[in-house]
Amino acid sequence: MILADIASLIRSKNAGPFTLTFDVMFADLAGYRRVKDSGALNPAAFAKLYRCPVDKVRYFECENALALKFSIPRPLTQGELGDGDTHGGQQFIPLLNVEIP
Amino acid sequence: MASEELQQIRFVSPVGSVGGGIAGSALDEAMAQAPDFIACDAGTTDAGPFSLGMGTAAFPREAVKRDLSLMLRAGRKANIPVIIGSAGTAGGDVHVDWVLEIAREIVAEHDLTLRTAVIYAEQDKTYLKRLLGENRILPLDPAPPISDSIIDGSSRIVGMMGVEPLQQALSDGADFVLAGRCSDSALFAAIPLMRGFPPGLAWHAGKVSECGTLVCETLGKGVIFTTVSQDEITIRPYGAGLRCTPQSVAAHSLYENANPYLHRECSGTFDLTDSTFEAIDDVTVRIRGSKFMSEPHTVKLEGAELAGYQSIIVGGIRDPYIIRQLDVWLDSVRKYIDESVARVLGDKADKNSYRIIFHKYGINAVMGALEPDPKHLPHEVGIVLEATAPTQDMAHKLAQLSRQPLLHYPIKEWVGSITAFACLHNPAVIDRGPVYRFNLNHVAVPSTPVEMFRTHLMDLCASRNS
Repeated sequence: MILADIASLIRSKNAGPFTLTFDVMFADLAGYRRVKDSGALNPAAFAKLYRCPVDKVRYFECENALALKFSIPRPLTQGELGDGDTHGGQQFIPLLNVEIP
Repeated sequence: MASEELQQIRFVSPVGSVGGGIAGSALDEAMAQAPDFIACDAGTTDAGPFSLGMGTAAFPREAVKRDLSLMLRAGRKANIPVIIGSAGTAGGDVHVDWVLEIAREIVAEHDLTLRTAVIYAEQDKTYLKRLLGENRILPLDPAPPISDSIIDGSSRIVGMMGVEPLQQALSDGADFVLAGRCSDSALFAAIPLMRGFPPGLAWHAGKVSECGTLVCETLGKGVIFTTVSQDEITIRPYGAGLRCTPQSVAAHSLYENANPYLHRECSGTFDLTDSTFEAIDDVTVRIRGSKFMSEPHTVKLEGAELAGYQSIIVGGIRDPYIIRQLDVWLDSVRKYIDESVARVLGDKADKNSYRIIFHKYGINAVMGALEPDPKHLPHEVGIVLEATAPTQDMAHKLAQLSRQPLLHYPIKEWVGSITAFACLHNPAVIDRGPVYRFNLNHVAVPSTPVEMFRTHLMDLCASRNS
């Protein structure tokens, strides 16, 4: 199964102009635990998907919000010449197809 | 503010941003519960650096006036303070003055009297350079380089105030506080902290309330009503079909925050690691356990500088023989443009002084280097050619000189003259005006929590309002 089939919402957004943050949210505790316990979503895997050093990836498990969360430095500062996504809202796509064993 | 025996404090967050559109009937419902104050944030960096750089607001004046009018009238009727922060989107002095002018109109039109504190947050460059020289400007991560010339070259730099300037203004008797750039949560935490409520709860109450109904299960028209007591926060919406749930309130801390648990403010960090969220009824959530750690006072800086002036051309390509070699073809087009620019503009356009970017919609315009599927070729590609230069005149000429090679640059598959690019407009070139970039991600370490902010007290009243 892929992550998009289990999560209720996968989203990305700026957290200020210099950081991108990603929320993977679930409708129930079972879905949250299934993905969390699978270990498929982890800082190393995320760093590979987003081509950034693993020590720049921040990862949070938020059980009371039923969410897993990542934050990385923005590849280009918001609004910098060449930045194609001012709000950072369309940067979650590489997460959709992560295989959850 | 006689307060020692206060058991709880209650406030209204009428909308996520002044100008977003307050639901009037929901505000009436919330005001019937006798809140102690109304607070609302009016700014964000979310839209980009333009508002800060250019000195303009992101919302139409009419929208800001409507919301501000509803809040000021509700506040006067109930005789409670109204606190507005990050005025005019970016919270610079020009933005504050823009909202102040709107407030003057509202006061005149509705015959109000408002003891007003205007708090400016724009930063003096000489002051900042002194702090920099004293190693009292510190980088956040990641931070662009900083120097005296970066500070001097900024169009505008604001400091994000905490609760202290707001509290000073309220102590001075203001019933309308109009602040420049300000922490969103501080707008709501200022009064609860003044009255001795626990800092962890005061700050967390501000955090969950500041985006209006975004804290609800589904976004809708309504207002947020929050109560802080000595050991808990309760939060609920007023508005048809809206509800706060433990998950929706907990999840709100994720949104637009790099770290969902630790939130740095001027005076310290509030910590939601051990916060608990429980449903009280179908629409109300109780929060407990939020903590606050005091830290040395810092003020976050936001700066914008001019990146240049832009002109763009919008169009598309459908020819499969070009699409399959698009990058190579665009490189050739770019080379042709550079040669034309050198030939026509000569010394006026040094190659390092301008930049031409092709945004390839359908290929990787949205994700750039992060695109996971860059080899997939669509049947049609949208192109935005973006020329940036030190003057609008030069940007316009760069775009003009780009049109011919985009239209006609040959490929070997076709013999004879081709027209490769479908222009959307005539004239093809659209001037975008000045564009800005964020140039600071730093904090300043001032000597006192209020020295970076300038407060002006004034009475706004209908009769004296010119």
